Amino acid sequence: MAKELLKGNHAFAEAAVRAGVEAFYGYPITPSTEFLEYMSRRLPELGRAFVQAESEVSAINMVYGAACTGKRVMTASSSPGVSLMMEGISYIAGTEVPAVVVNVMRGGPGLGNIAPSQGDYYQMVKGGGHGDYFPIVLAPASVQEAVDYISLAFDLADKYRALVHVIVDGNMGQMMEPAELPPMKELPKTVPDWAVSGAKGRDANNLTSIYIDPEEEEITNLRLLKRWKEIEKNEVIYDEYEVKDAEILVIGFGTAGRVASSAVREAREEGIKAGILRPITLAPFPQARLLELTEKVKRILVVEMNSGMMLDDVMKIVQGRVPIEFYGRMGGMTPLPDELLDEIRRVAANQDPVSDDPRDEWIVRMDKLLTGEK
Amino acid sequence: MVATTEVVFQRPESFTDVHTHYCPGCTHGVAHRLIAEVVDEMGLREKTIGVAPVGCSVFAYRYFDMDFVEAAHGRAPAMATGIKRVLPENTVFTYQGDGDLASIGMAEIMHAAARGENITVIFINNAIYGMTGGQMAPTTLPGMKTTSSPLGRDVEMTGYPIRMAEILSTLDGASYIVRRSLHNAANIRKSKKAIRLAFEAQERGLGFSMVELLSTCPTNLKITPQEALEFVAEEMVPVFPLGDYKVSSVLESLKV
Repeated sequence: MAKELLKGNHAFAEAAVRAGVEAFYGYPITPSTEFLEYMSRRLPELGRAFVQAESEVSAINMVYGAACTGKRVMTASSSPGVSLMMEGISYIAGTEVPAVVVNVMRGGPGLGNIAPSQGDYYQMVKGGGHGDYFPIVLAPASVQEAVDYISLAFDLADKYRALVHVIVDGNMGQMMEPAELPPMKELPKTVPDWAVSGAKGRDANNLTSIYIDPEEEEITNLRLLKRWKEIEKNEVIYDEYEVKDAEILVIGFGTAGRVASSAVREAREEGIKAGILRPITLAPFPQARLLELTEKVKRILVVEMNSGMMLDDVMKIVQGRVPIEFYGRMGGMTPLPDELLDEIRRVAANQDPVSDDPRDEWIVRMDKLLTGEK
Repeated sequence: MVATTEVVFQRPESFTDVHTHYCPGCTHGVAHRLIAEVVDEMGLREKTIGVAPVGCSVFAYRYFDMDFVEAAHGRAPAMATGIKRVLPENTVFTYQGDGDLASIGMAEIMHAAARGENITVIFINNAIYGMTGGQMAPTTLPGMKTTSSPLGRDVEMTGYPIRMAEILSTLDGASYIVRRSLHNAANIRKSKKAIRLAFEAQERGLGFSMVELLSTCPTNLKITPQEALEFVAEEMVPVFPLGDYKVSSVLESLKV
């Protein structure tokens, strides 16, 4: 197949179609709406299910229902919409049925705005819904990567009967880039033995997230944790660039990671030994690789489009072995390559210790940036 | 002489052989049985998927010998939609109480009906929250004492009971909307016939069908089972009139 110029949201939707999604249930919200619009035409054309639900609450519960049939099902939304979905997300996790949720993140909290953000890191990576559960979280950084990883998301969901979040920001949903779509997968002819399909010639299947006896719930919690440990062992994905002899390790995901990669390339041209680790699975986080790189580098710079959420995970793993600095843009602001190049230059020249919370120094720099003070 | 025995009454095939957790005098058991009998008579057990609610009937899936899922509070019509759209040949029904359907799940039920979702809804209206211990429901009668309206439901402060059958019957997507009662044998027979027609509507692809069943909760009304049946007949029926609110013309001519 050849590369085509594709709009992010359309490409992600078609990637899901080709991965065998049999139902899409959603509700319009900027900047993810084109995903739903695309599905509203494409799925009926293939004889597959599409419903524009009355709310995100309803949409995710439609997803929950279809997930119980063992068929590939998904929704796509954007930050405030995903907040509404958290109830159903928890039920899906508790019932151990596979589903894929795409979050095209925008500025928040509250109504916020419709500009690109990574402010839902905690919500998506740490759970968001109630109770003990562990979603798999993929964070692609280009239209092509998202196309590839949406396909993987369905495979992982089926493999572990798990919830998989694909998080991108508004940039990626809205931008057009050349990408190559995979061939169309054939739909499976059988259903998983746990699914509901009518109890014909077998015992009835009951799918529920209720374990009224706390001992049974605890057994379930332990099963979910053990499954998560398997996922941690097997499914870590990351990208890295120029890390071999790096003294400054930049860490960023999604758009922030991609912009930082450009900045790292420019820094190299100036002779600064910078490299970048770009986690693609935010959960499971590439902890082992980060530890290996920590042994070799002098300083770490975490770059995000939020107030330092992945930063907490990096700090937990690095445990003070090397100084960590932070640079974030918030509120729907996307950092530019020159901006991050300046940060890399600054970090490369900085010998000072960093305070326990690297955000403290960053806040001072942000105040200057926002007031135009030199 | 050879002694012969004839079985004249037994558990429906669609029932599991377990005791329910329902209180003495509660009509959930009657409603469950009517559904199971209808499913048996129509030969639907092996293709039926039930959706249980949150409320006293949260464990309904334990009592039906058929595929079942357990929805979040109020979301059963959404979950049923998700299932029915990918398995249109299967029979899908929800079983919901008044808190579930008429309060927290109001959006889901209204839109499932408006879309003409080809599912069947069995709505248990007993005018009170059961599982959480007798709080005011959206169907609680004016003046009725509950644990969250201890001086009696004051309509100036808390508004009026919601009549779901009447409301849903205004939607073009609905094919069969009726209200029946479980307070005596004659009404139980009528209820069964209505449940049959609701499933017939779905099998014929006519769209959304709902049977509202006036039911009892003697435990939370703090009265005897017999008094609870009288409460339905004397207090509830005047507020929630029994009757057919919408019947597709296809069903009018159907003999069941």
